[in-house]
Formats: sequence, structure tokens, C-alpha cells
Amino acid sequence: MAIVFEKTKGLTDKETHYCPGCTHGIIHRLVAEVLEELDVLGNAIGVAPVGCSVLAYDYFNVDMHEASHGRAPAVATGIKRAMPNNVVFTYQGDGDLASIGTAEIVHVAHRGEKITTIFVNNAIYGMTGGQMAPTTLIGQKATTCQDGRSKAHSGMPLRVSEMLATIDGAAFVERVSVHNPVEIRKAKKAIKKAFECQIKGEGFSIVEVLSTCPTNWGIAPTESLKWLEANMIPYYPLGNFRTPEEA
Amino acid sequence: MAKVTFKEDICKGCQLCTTACPKNIIVMATDRINVKGYHPATVLEMEKCIGCANCALICPDCVITVER
Amino acid sequence: MAKVLMKGNEAIGAAAIQAGCKYFFGYPITPQNELPEYMSKELPKNDGVFVQAESEVAAINMVYGAAGCGVRVMTSSSSPGIALKQEGITYIAGAELPCVIVNIVRGGPGLGGIQPAQSDYFQSTRGGGNGDYKLLVLAPANLQEMVDMVQEAFDMADYYRNPVMVVGDGMIGQMMEPIEFRTPVKRELPSKEGWATTGTKGNRKPHIINSLFLDPQGLEDHNIRLQKKYKTMKENEARYEAYNMENAEIVLAAYGTTSRICKNAIDKLKEEGINIGLIRPQTLWPFPEKAFQEIPETVKAALTVEMSEGQMIDDVRLALNGKIPTEFYGRSGGMIPTPDAIIDKIKEMLGGLK
Repeated sequence: MAIVFEKTKGLTDKETHYCPGCTHGIIHRLVAEVLEELDVLGNAIGVAPVGCSVLAYDYFNVDMHEASHGRAPAVATGIKRAMPNNVVFTYQGDGDLASIGTAEIVHVAHRGEKITTIFVNNAIYGMTGGQMAPTTLIGQKATTCQDGRSKAHSGMPLRVSEMLATIDGAAFVERVSVHNPVEIRKAKKAIKKAFECQIKGEGFSIVEVLSTCPTNWGIAPTESLKWLEANMIPYYPLGNFRTPEEA
Repeated sequence: MAKVTFKEDICKGCQLCTTACPKNIIVMATDRINVKGYHPATVLEMEKCIGCANCALICPDCVITVER
Repeated sequence: MAKVLMKGNEAIGAAAIQAGCKYFFGYPITPQNELPEYMSKELPKNDGVFVQAESEVAAINMVYGAAGCGVRVMTSSSSPGIALKQEGITYIAGAELPCVIVNIVRGGPGLGGIQPAQSDYFQSTRGGGNGDYKLLVLAPANLQEMVDMVQEAFDMADYYRNPVMVVGDGMIGQMMEPIEFRTPVKRELPSKEGWATTGTKGNRKPHIINSLFLDPQGLEDHNIRLQKKYKTMKENEARYEAYNMENAEIVLAAYGTTSRICKNAIDKLKEEGINIGLIRPQTLWPFPEKAFQEIPETVKAALTVEMSEGQMIDDVRLALNGKIPTEFYGRSGGMIPTPDAIIDKIKEMLGGLK
């Protein structure tokens, strides 16, 4: 018998601090596997800003920067401009990227920075305790919208991939999910394409990954997978929004 | 002929692997708890395993190694 | 090297490039625009990169990223822009990264004005951002000193793995003076190989640029280590110029542009037979406390002159520790103290002293 699946060298041996069933762990692994398969682990520099994934520097087996809330794309810009031959990525949540970091994500795309962003959208602020995010769905309860988000008060949830796909410098934009093995395989393919886009120098690439937050959603992990499929995908459709050919 | 191995002590008992197994052979070991205090995931009827690696694919904690 | 006539802001850029600065991230704000403009034109000719960021916040975070890779990097702004940069500056200080930040100070608070001021003394020397950290803060009074300091600032930043701020005001940024580029005093600079993020190449453990310490003991230990570094800076880097201190009756304390006006006042008074001295801090942090502690016995009072409503005076008072009375004269909002007004204040003080 041969080993057909084992932990990638792209991750350290450190056990993650993520809650049981949180899909951050899956997404970390996919990114690390892609970096290993592209043989760029020794050449990669990652940036993880404030949020649940703030400790990602303990988990990715590559050089890492911790960044302030929302600023990872700016930090990554500084890194990439100084180290144009390195593979540079940011790993950001939705509170970070879609709220406090909107200027930075828009302009990293606007400049067509040759970096890759992994955008983990779980429709809530995780680390700070389940507050409403710009991505929180209408009717979804959060600790700062305890009766559920209302359009009248907070507007409609922000669709980041669709927005970024309108920017010329964004060469690759795709939304994927990790709620079942089929989608996880697709997610990995998209992440690989995004990094290949960077390596080829085609422009900014981003993969939005729909993710769960069982703890703050208040749903069991296995039920969270179903909730994501039933509620998030209808509003955040999966698929590619932009390829280098269109850019 | 396939085999899955669980590093039981790093399992957080989230059960995501149980949703991904096409053979429905992954169960939570209710007879024991690991160092984290969870019932770890395990397979009782290993002979039914087809080595598809779906369980490892969805495991957020890299608990599972798959051989085929 | 022959002297060249340059505008202050451009001279800063030229000095930075001389010092090996390859990366500049900035955002437009008056009165420092000639500096990023100069860098956008000159850096590409020198294997460097200029990026105009989407905001000051982004610019300083680009500096954080580049500095983490071990390259020589710089940003500049003016007061409200520096306020925006404070978040990034505290991260850079916390992660112990070297970089140079230029602040061409304008009047505040709020949007304030665009004329010269010195009301960022607190913002520069008190941290400005959150936490217990210090910047090395250099305050040149003329363009030659400005280019010397900018060049040395890069060495200082690398030497201490600490951000260095060069504080000028709109006057220094906008004026023209002849300058020459000189090589700063050599320092043994530590290698950056042990921490810079350049990719592991598969043959070392990952390097992590970080200011997060969730373990309280870990964070306190980090702080204690930083304070030790700041103590070394304090011992080694405090600089000042003493002017006409012999037999001085009053000592003035002023830095940057204001110190030049004070010198005019001192020279005028000397013609009248009145001896006034000046201590001009060249470093605002570390503050040259010793200069004030060692003032001659003849000095009966101190007068701090600033283009602000009184900020450096706090440090002058702390340094003098009640030894002599300390008064203040200042103009703010872009108004400049005149030598005559300073003379009037000195004479008023002398009247009181006699």
C-alpha cells in the first residue's frame, strides 16, 4: 500500500487554535498543498492580518508577516515590490478584507499587484465573537444584529468577488466553497490557478472561499456545512468571475 | 485494499469526516476520549474503506493519513 | 564633492538614494510633495521602486512589508498624514523593523493648515501610536544637516532595528540651500539574514515578522527587551548643539527652523551686551537631557521657543527638574516667531530676574 494522502510539508507540526469543525484548517491545507505542488514553499512569503487567522504564521511553513487589521494587501505590496521574484500571498477573513480593508483590497487589484489573496468568507467576525460582518446574510443573527441583519439598517451583504472582478488589474477572481469533498477539490484547483497567475506575472489573483464558523453561527460543525450550502451559496454563487484571458 | 490512520490525539471531534465518507464507515469513538477531551473519529470496518481520501480532504486538522 | 543648490524636500530624496534607499511608498500631502515626486522620478533610475499608495495607512504598511524583507525603505508625509501612519509605525516598532519616516510638519490640530509648524513634537517623541515604543527622532535645522541626518538615519535604523523619524517643517522642506553629500560615520551594521523574510529556500526555519504576543509574560519580556534597546539609544544617540553658552544669563531651547531665529535674536542681544545661550536638540528622542543638566551657573532661567503652543517645553522642564524657572514663547498655526518678539520676551524675563 502506498500513502495517497498525508499532511503537506507546507504546514508546520503546530496544531491549530481553530474551533472544532472550522474550515480555516481545510483552507490552510489547500494553500500549503498548492505551494508545495508548485515547488514554491522556499520562495513564498505570506501575510496574515488580524482575525481568526492572525496566528497563521505559526501554521504555514513559509516566511510570514503578521499585519494590522485590513492592511495585508498593502503589506504584501511592499513585500512584492521589494522581492518581485518571491511568491507573495495574503490570507484574510471577511471582517478584515470586506470591511476595514476595503481600500487596500481594491487598490491592490487596481494596481494589478502580482500577489494572491485567499479570502475566507464565513459571513461573520469570528475572532472578536460573532459580530455582524459586511458579508453577514439578511436575517442571519450576529452579536451586533441579534434579531438578524436587516437590509434597512445595514444594507445588503457585500459581494466582494463580483466587485473586484470589475477592476482591470484583477486577473483571476473565483469563488469556491469547502463544504464537501467535491467543492474542496475545485477550491484547490482555483487556488492553484491563482498562484499560477501570480507566478506568470498576469496580475492580481484572489480566491474567495466560502467557509463555516460553527462557533459563532451557533450550529454544529456538520450542520454548518449544510447551512453554508443552503444559505450562502444562493447569495454568493460559486464560479469564476475573471481569468487572465479576460483581464 | 485501503487504510486510513487517525492521529487521534489531534482530532477535535468535529465529525466533518463522517459527512464525507461515501461508505459511511467513520464513527466517533464514544468509548474513549483523547487528550483534548473529544471522542475521536475512527473506522471500525476498515475492510470497507476504498481509500478515496474524502475524509482526509475535509478534515480541518490533518488528522488522517490514507493508504491504498 | 562640490556643493549643489537644492530644495529641501528634493535634497531629502537625494540623500536617501545616496544612503541606498531603494523603496519609497508615499501619499500626496502638502508641504512634502516634492519628495515623493522626486523619488518617483529618481528611484527607477537607481534600481528602486516608487509606489504611490492609496492612503497614508497603506503607504506605511507597504513600508512594513518591504522593511520586513530587509531592504532600505522610506516614506514621508506631513502631520495629519503622519497621524494616519501611526498605526503602521507602532507595528514597525513592535516588530523591530528598520525604516526611515520623514515628517514635514504643518500646523494642526485636525486638517490645520499647510504652513510650517512644530506641533508634532508629541506625535513624534511620545510614540504616537499605541504601546511602549520609541522612535529615534532627528531634527535638522538646515539642509546640510538634513541630508547628513537622512543618510545617517538609514544606518541608525539598521543598527537598532528601529524606525527613525526625521522631523522638518514646511520651511526646511521648501527652502533652498547649498549642500554636499558626505558619507556618514561608519557603524558596524548587523546582518539582516537572521530575520528578513526572503523565502526559506527550504534550508532554514520560516522567519516571522510580528508584533503579536498573546502570552502576557511573552509580551512583557518583549517590552523589557525593547526598553533595553531604547536605553542604549538614549545613552548613545542624544545630540545637541550648544550656542553662546558661556556666561549666558538665560538659555533658550529651540530646534529646527526656530533655533535659527533664536540664533538671530541671540546675536542681536550680544551686540547690546546681553549674553543668551541656546541648546538646540538635534535629536528630539532621545532628548539631550544632559545638555540641560550641565548648564553653567550663570544661567538663571530657561526659555523654550517653539512653533507650537508648547510641546518640547515638557522635556526641557523634565530635564531641568526645577533647577531654574522655565518659560515659553511660541507661535502656532503657521505663524513664525520673529527675532524681535523673542528678544522682547527675553528682556521681559531679564527684567523679572534682576
